[in-house]
Amino acid sequence: MSTAASNVAVAEAHHGEVDHNHHDPNLAHHFDTPEQQAQTGKLGMWVFLGTEILMFGGLFCAYSVYRHNHPEVFEYAHQYLNKNLGALNTIILITSSLTMAWGVRAAQLGQKMLLITMLILTLLGAAGFMVVKTVEYRSKWKEQIFIGHGNLFASDRAETTNKAKVEGLEDDVLHAHPEAKTAPPVLTTVTPEPTDPNFGGPDQAKIVPPNVTPAGLVPAEPPAPEGPLTYEQLGPLQRHRVYTFFAIYFCMTGLHGVHVLVGMGLITWIAIRAGRNEFGPSYFTPVDLVGLYWHLVDLIWIFLFPLLYLIH
Amino acid sequence: MTTAAHPGKHYDAHDTMTPVIDDSGHVHVHVVPLKVLFGVYFILVLATVATVAVTYVDFRQFNIVIALAIAVFKAALVILYFMHLRWDNLFNGVILISALAFVMTFIGVTVMDSGQYKQNYVPPGTRQMISSQNGI
Repeated sequence: MSTAASNVAVAEAHHGEVDHNHHDPNLAHHFDTPEQQAQTGKLGMWVFLGTEILMFGGLFCAYSVYRHNHPEVFEYAHQYLNKNLGALNTIILITSSLTMAWGVRAAQLGQKMLLITMLILTLLGAAGFMVVKTVEYRSKWKEQIFIGHGNLFASDRAETTNKAKVEGLEDDVLHAHPEAKTAPPVLTTVTPEPTDPNFGGPDQAKIVPPNVTPAGLVPAEPPAPEGPLTYEQLGPLQRHRVYTFFAIYFCMTGLHGVHVLVGMGLITWIAIRAGRNEFGPSYFTPVDLVGLYWHLVDLIWIFLFPLLYLIH
Repeated sequence: MTTAAHPGKHYDAHDTMTPVIDDSGHVHVHVVPLKVLFGVYFILVLATVATVAVTYVDFRQFNIVIALAIAVFKAALVILYFMHLRWDNLFNGVILISALAFVMTFIGVTVMDSGQYKQNYVPPGTRQMISSQNGI
């Protein structure tokens, strides 16, 4: 390994090549010092992450507008998402973020085997995330609430041709209205209410009160709906927006999933380079930058999880 | 929790995250201690459990506020410690904050705007629905 002083001699011919004999192979000719190069790379990465945040910002904006204007729709439709799988994926991503940060630390300290181990663990976390996501998407596909025209709620068909299917889905997934079909109406006791002013007077025994409400059992006031919110309870102007929730859900998680796949490719690339001994305490910028990217993927999910799965 | 809590430290070569190589070839790097990494991880997991648990309690309109507050707290931990921004060049933080500020402005203005025309908005299908109710 050469020193910073010899970096002046960097020639274009060696740009990006591994050459341990003449100069610091990792220092591009247009940088003065490795520190300047590392800082520049990081700055560029942060600018890129800024544009990523802006891109996801567009989707978060669509989410905010629709949730602001149709809160009941979000409350209804989010019930079809599996909270437990969402929480599991959150834990998986956070764990893979930890192993990534640990990998960057290992690269800084020149612990090659630890770095490769951490990168493989991160990769496993990413793969686990995608497996869980696939399970979720698959169940949405089977339940016919996937994105596209096959969705039960698309084009208001939930009120016409798909009505029975939607009710079946509510029974299966939300466990909605099971008692409505079997349980008798709730009855309550009423006491007769005298309406005759003479009633209860001294001649009580002789006077038969003419207008007394019948004693016995009458249906109680309908109780506030308990259990899951159903499609029937949505206002007519809300119903046609149920499909929009699924469009937003699949766009946001889909774009995020693409980022996870890209991250898996990047981590694989970094792991291969680490196997070739390319990283050490003096040069670990690629590990660092892929780490930043991976943490951003985690960050986006930290917001997606409560906003999509945990609507109250 | 603030990035710029110790602005003076950002320019100390021994406290920056990026490698600094002196003439002897020795490298100074800010390495995050394992204790900090695991501590942050533990808090993140706890916060995830908390954000799920809080959905089982009805705080009315504050449920979303609590959920978002927990998410922002988690995001801050990831940014400051996993992404090293706490020890990083201040300018990188400025880029992040400005991106977030633009997203907030975008969302805020768009939501306010959609509230302006909400009352005049006729969703698709409404006309057919009204005319069918009137028997037209």
